Amino acid sequence: MGTYVLRRLLIAIPSLLGISAVLFCVMALAPGDPFGELATNPNVPPEVRAALREKFGMDDPILMRYWHWLVAMLQGDWGFSFVSRINVDTLILQRIPATLAIVGLSQILAICIAIPVGVYSATRPYSIFDQIANTLAFIGFSLPTFFTGLLFILLFSVKLDWLPFVYRSDLSATGLQWWWEQFKQSIMPICVLGFFQAASMIRYVRSAVLDVIRLDYVTTARAKGLGEKVVITKHVVRNALIPVVTLVALQMPAVFGGAIVTEQIFRIPGIGSLLISSILSNDTPVVMAVTFVFSCLVVLFNLIADVLYGWLDPRISYS
Amino acid sequence: MSIMIVVILFGSFVWKVPINDIDFRAKLSTPSFAHPFGTDDLGQDLLARMIYGGKISLAVGFAAMFVAVVLGTIIGAIAGMSRGWLGSFLMWLADLFLSLPQLPLLLVVIYLFRDSLKSVFGPEGGVFIMIVVVIGGLRWMPVARLVRAQFLSLREKEFVEAARALGASKTRMVVRHILPNALGPVIIAATIDVAAAIIQESTLSFLGLGFPPDIPTWGRILFDARDFLDIAPHWALFPGAAIFLTVVTINFIGDGLRDALDARRVM
Amino acid sequence: MNENEIRGLVDSVKDGRMDRRAFIQRMVAVGLSAPIASQILVWNGVAMAQSKLEYKPTKRGGGGPLKVLWWQGPTLLNPHFAVGTKEQDAARIFYEPLANWDPDGNLIPVLAAEIPTRENGGLAADGKSVVWKLKPGIKWHDGKPVTADDMIFNWQFAKDPATASVTIGTYRDVEVEKIDDLSVRVKFKIPTPFWADAFVGTRGSLIPKHLFEAFSGAKSREAPANLSPVGTGPYKFVEFKPGDLVKGSINMDYHKPNMPHFDSIEMKGGGDAASAARAVLQTGEYDYGWNIQVEEDVIARLEKGGKGKALISKGANIEFILLNHTDPWTEVDGERASLKTKHPTLLDPAVRKALQLLVDRKGVEEFIYGRAGIATANFLNAPERFNSKNMTFEFNVDKANKILDDGGWKRGSDGIREKDGKKLKYVFQTSINGPRQKTQAIIKQACQKAGIDLELKSVVASVYFSSDVANPDTYTKFYCDLEMYTTTMTQPDPTQFMLQFASWEAATKENKWQGQNISRWSNKEYDETYKASVGELDPVKRAAMFIKMNDLIIADNAIIPVVYRPRLYVINEKLRAPISGWDTDTGSLEFWYREA
Repeated sequence: MGTYVLRRLLIAIPSLLGISAVLFCVMALAPGDPFGELATNPNVPPEVRAALREKFGMDDPILMRYWHWLVAMLQGDWGFSFVSRINVDTLILQRIPATLAIVGLSQILAICIAIPVGVYSATRPYSIFDQIANTLAFIGFSLPTFFTGLLFILLFSVKLDWLPFVYRSDLSATGLQWWWEQFKQSIMPICVLGFFQAASMIRYVRSAVLDVIRLDYVTTARAKGLGEKVVITKHVVRNALIPVVTLVALQMPAVFGGAIVTEQIFRIPGIGSLLISSILSNDTPVVMAVTFVFSCLVVLFNLIADVLYGWLDPRISYS
Repeated sequence: MSIMIVVILFGSFVWKVPINDIDFRAKLSTPSFAHPFGTDDLGQDLLARMIYGGKISLAVGFAAMFVAVVLGTIIGAIAGMSRGWLGSFLMWLADLFLSLPQLPLLLVVIYLFRDSLKSVFGPEGGVFIMIVVVIGGLRWMPVARLVRAQFLSLREKEFVEAARALGASKTRMVVRHILPNALGPVIIAATIDVAAAIIQESTLSFLGLGFPPDIPTWGRILFDARDFLDIAPHWALFPGAAIFLTVVTINFIGDGLRDALDARRVM
Repeated sequence: MNENEIRGLVDSVKDGRMDRRAFIQRMVAVGLSAPIASQILVWNGVAMAQSKLEYKPTKRGGGGPLKVLWWQGPTLLNPHFAVGTKEQDAARIFYEPLANWDPDGNLIPVLAAEIPTRENGGLAADGKSVVWKLKPGIKWHDGKPVTADDMIFNWQFAKDPATASVTIGTYRDVEVEKIDDLSVRVKFKIPTPFWADAFVGTRGSLIPKHLFEAFSGAKSREAPANLSPVGTGPYKFVEFKPGDLVKGSINMDYHKPNMPHFDSIEMKGGGDAASAARAVLQTGEYDYGWNIQVEEDVIARLEKGGKGKALISKGANIEFILLNHTDPWTEVDGERASLKTKHPTLLDPAVRKALQLLVDRKGVEEFIYGRAGIATANFLNAPERFNSKNMTFEFNVDKANKILDDGGWKRGSDGIREKDGKKLKYVFQTSINGPRQKTQAIIKQACQKAGIDLELKSVVASVYFSSDVANPDTYTKFYCDLEMYTTTMTQPDPTQFMLQFASWEAATKENKWQGQNISRWSNKEYDETYKASVGELDPVKRAAMFIKMNDLIIADNAIIPVVYRPRLYVINEKLRAPISGWDTDTGSLEFWYREA
């Protein structure tokens, strides 16, 4: 087990290098440059743009740029943003708290809704509860978050005037008041994201439990006279968790990567909005840093999921 | 569902209002006899646009889902069975695709392939192929991971052991025994992917990658309607409902498919 | 309007038969910016009007917090690096220029003791220098005095190519010399009619020498003060998160009496324009929302909430359609739309005239842009109600059909017109943006009725407006028949703006498509008029020349102006904010106050 993890971690190094190289190439190939806004302004002479491109080394060959980036990165230097001309790590650190809070809590919310609802639905398939849960789930992933977000704003901010819809990272209140205001401004984005995630997860949980529940050993357990509750929690859920663990592991990196659409709607200063604005302005150092950390997390959570499979189903071998 | 498909296929013969007839006087009108689904902010008839867009949206949704699911299942199955470098490599590939930021990738795709595809398949065919490949190509990873996880667990199960002991070939084992049992999450993924593809198509057209902006697809209509949600709710209601109905239908088909493949039915 | 007519008008202002505002409106009507009109008067000895920006509060502070919303957050705060208007807006909270423009185009002194004129000896008669005097006693936020050395430093800082400033265009061709501790002389190489550029408005904000001196040139990025500005403005720096938030608190030592009114300012960034309008007009969470590009229907509906209103500030930005004069579908020497080619159909005046008639500008104004886009016939622009007498526009499909019929363009079996085997089929590109796609749809429909087929294409803005030489979709390459975008005139003087049609500026492979003439139109008379205008000191003559240039472009149907684009902003019912189209939105921030 220990050696398995160690080996996987060692394999991760070259695979991350490969990923970073591909990322860099995509970024370099992607059209556009950070100085688009200067373009339609006839007062800025075109040489200024050319000089800026040259100064930031944007006209160098891709391989050379990648090498420079890699060497600097290994020394802990993340470079600086072409657009705001400040260090990338400062920029990212400013954005992490909001993303962690919003996306993290919404993931937890999604799991807390999806697992009980999914399991309960599966134990009583085609019951009224199951039907309602399924219909809601279908609606949940048929409607994109830009739409539900707006619906929430119209309802809770405009019509009822209960909640603010502009997220502020600088609440002036302190103590309990601060927590209350933080809660008020976070609840809508958390719900929008959480419900969207929960909707698809409910379907997966339900299906996974259904798959397990009809297996022979469950019938055996029931036959042994074990209570229904024990059967479900001890025997069914544990075995049904494999797809759920996979899904959660797929989702977790987003806690760092942010949620672009939701952050945009509620003006949450998270990593997602930083990433999208950096991509739109071809701010390569920022995009590289964010996506690289993101890919590290993808690889890490994939590994965690694999380890968890073994714990959930001891027969899975680590060969 | 079949009613919807019929309406979409033959509706344009019955409802002959042109999709791009701009009529400022009738803009944002609520459903009426002249415009059963109402009109948008340029006074264009929404029913006609829904029918026209439905063909594209459904085609894109199904085709892209198909690409994602087939690709994901195959890769996941191979990775789940393989104990060597192939499995590791495929999972690396999945990790790579998961960490790629989509926007720059799409811009690169447009930049590299748009014109050549257009010249080979014609403007509409080229765009269609590109959209399907792009959406499908960016959505197979969760399917692959789910299938692989199922395989890792299933390949050690008794009935697979039994089949192996009986001398079943590897392919037969996978197709007859493991795959049907791993199909649950695949079907769920298929329903989710159809909805996601229909919606994602509209975001692609904002990158200049999708269909030209004057072609109304369901996702596009829904997106255009969002700022008018409180003024003209009908505008968003119809595309939203259409996507929902599609999802429900796929799900029924999927359930039917699973029941057909699996002898041990629930209830 | 020619030179003599302008002189006649100037005379009537001089002897009081016409008031200066009416004069400026007449000049604006023929396409000159208000600042230029105002300068004509100054040159002819009519003093600049005392700017009458309204300001009621009688004490400093006490206005509570001011909360403003920019749906694209500013990314940096150094005015010399300000890439776009959002950065200029943010920088202006803390930094100030010597003078800026009021809505009527008058210069208002900010850090300057007075506006240079010929009477006070500020302007040299040969047009080759101008003297700026600082108001005495102004201090940086850290208490150090502002002196002429700071001005010299700003000039040196900006003109150094290693600094990579975006204000380099303003400062590299001038010399600045110190006269005494509070005054400098700006010297020009050639007689310069428009002297109010360096140290004025968006390009004129001063940064303190004592904090930036060590970080001039290549080290400019490392200056700590880039992130925590120390300026002279009405608010002192508190906090900055790029793309998200800028916070300032009242400057109790501000150099203008009783200002500012608010105790703090918070500029929040991010989101989209529609929800920004919502936060100001509907919920009142914020006091002000910047650059609201949202459909008129939505704005009008939100305004009914009664918490605020949408207003416009008039500059000279124009949304227009370029007609390609070269052939974008033939490659010559590795370049499409090469100057060596001619467009197969667009060079026919009948086709251009017909296209002109097929753009329903009124419809575009009324149903898409509303207040934020006013139908226009001119390129060098003005509000429609003072419309130029020289140029008019109409939308008339029948007339377009007739012109095409007369021009020998016959409809083919597919309904598309053709002549000599050449079909009227065009690709029409623009950036991806809601109103633009709707405008495209409207034009396409009208063209269909006239037998012209348009294929609509839209490109992501970040690609379309990039200077990426390798990409074929940039607006400067213009590898299609028609394209549409807004060109901004951020400087009141049209010299740079009108360069967009000089033949030697054509965007080609040779200049990496950085030439400013993108339609590749060329006209001898235009070129000569332009060259003559550059050295012309008499503003009346220059004005007449610019009007002539505008008329040349329009009369030839070289381009199709669509709508003139004032900036639309949303503002709380009680907030009073004088916003000039010739400056950034925060240009007169010190004058903002809340009505009791």
